[in-house]
Amino acid sequence: MLPDGAMVKSMLQDMTVTLWRGKAEGAFQTYKVPSRANQTVLDVVTWIQRNLDETLSYRFACRVGMCGSCAMMVNGRPRWTCRTRVAKVAANGVLQIGPLKNLPVIKDLAADMQPFFEKWQKAKGVFEPSKTRQDQIERIKPDTPARLAADAAVECINCGVCYAACDTVSWNADYMGPAALNRAWSLVNDVRDAGQQERLEAVAGNGGCHACHSHQSCQQYCPQTLNPTASIAGLKRKTAQAYLKGELK
Amino acid sequence: MNVRLYVWQRLSAVAMLPLLLVHIAIIFYATKQDLTAADVLSRTRGSISWALFYGLFVVLAAIHAGIGIRNILVEWSPIGSKTAGRLATAFALLLSALGFRAIVIMVLP
Repeated sequence: MLPDGAMVKSMLQDMTVTLWRGKAEGAFQTYKVPSRANQTVLDVVTWIQRNLDETLSYRFACRVGMCGSCAMMVNGRPRWTCRTRVAKVAANGVLQIGPLKNLPVIKDLAADMQPFFEKWQKAKGVFEPSKTRQDQIERIKPDTPARLAADAAVECINCGVCYAACDTVSWNADYMGPAALNRAWSLVNDVRDAGQQERLEAVAGNGGCHACHSHQSCQQYCPQTLNPTASIAGLKRKTAQAYLKGELK
Repeated sequence: MNVRLYVWQRLSAVAMLPLLLVHIAIIFYATKQDLTAADVLSRTRGSISWALFYGLFVVLAAIHAGIGIRNILVEWSPIGSKTAGRLATAFALLLSALGFRAIVIMVLP
């Protein structure tokens, strides 16, 4: 508990915030923002948009870490801004915020997620049903190895943090990226899914799981503490086995 | 990188490992024994075993390095994967040619 005086002082202090303005071409602009206790990076961006420059563009929705809309580069690292406290990331009270890396910029802090979701589709990250609505709902035992593997990967919120953190994505435009492959792995382990062969073929080709160098930045930065590197390693094992059995070319 | 290249690169690495250990052991042995080039050649000339041993080694090394070079070119240069594949194949053939040339010199009487 801070003494009253200290609290007032901390609230009155300004911090220096630089935000990316523009598209691919642009520049960082500096703003003075009042420090508040417990404020998040998203609070800071919102404060600037409401008080200093209403033309600032950024994206958010739920503000509670569920929707995956508000990820940005914060002091050079990808973060979910609604759940990132300024006090945790702003060294010396300096905060630099930019759009997510490895994606085109729409404007200011809003990155274009289209390539991210196109690759999600390319990795066959879509559930393919094996039953109709007339069939009984399949009973899934939660403690089978396949279900445990699927559950470990399933809580992705599609925020794009791993995609922005990934070195391989930054130098290989074809690489599907950690989120899409992690999603594919959760479906590979879903016994109800009927699209396994197509999925394995999709992730076994160029730009698929074998392009991963296991740097583990995805795991390092995933706000959901998922481990896409482990999922990708699982895909490497699964596809290599299928190739050796002659099921993949 | 796709699953075919991935599996071939991993399997060639695994297969090369024992050959590599033997190769290094031979180097240590030859230097410890102060063997001259003439001593070595007198033991290897006409030996089908050494030709097969190093022949396999050269093929595996060319496959392994070729795939690796292709990956490096794809990831670190602006050239496309097809051109990278051709260049890497050329590199693998060059490695094979150099390797087999050395083997011929080593084992032919």
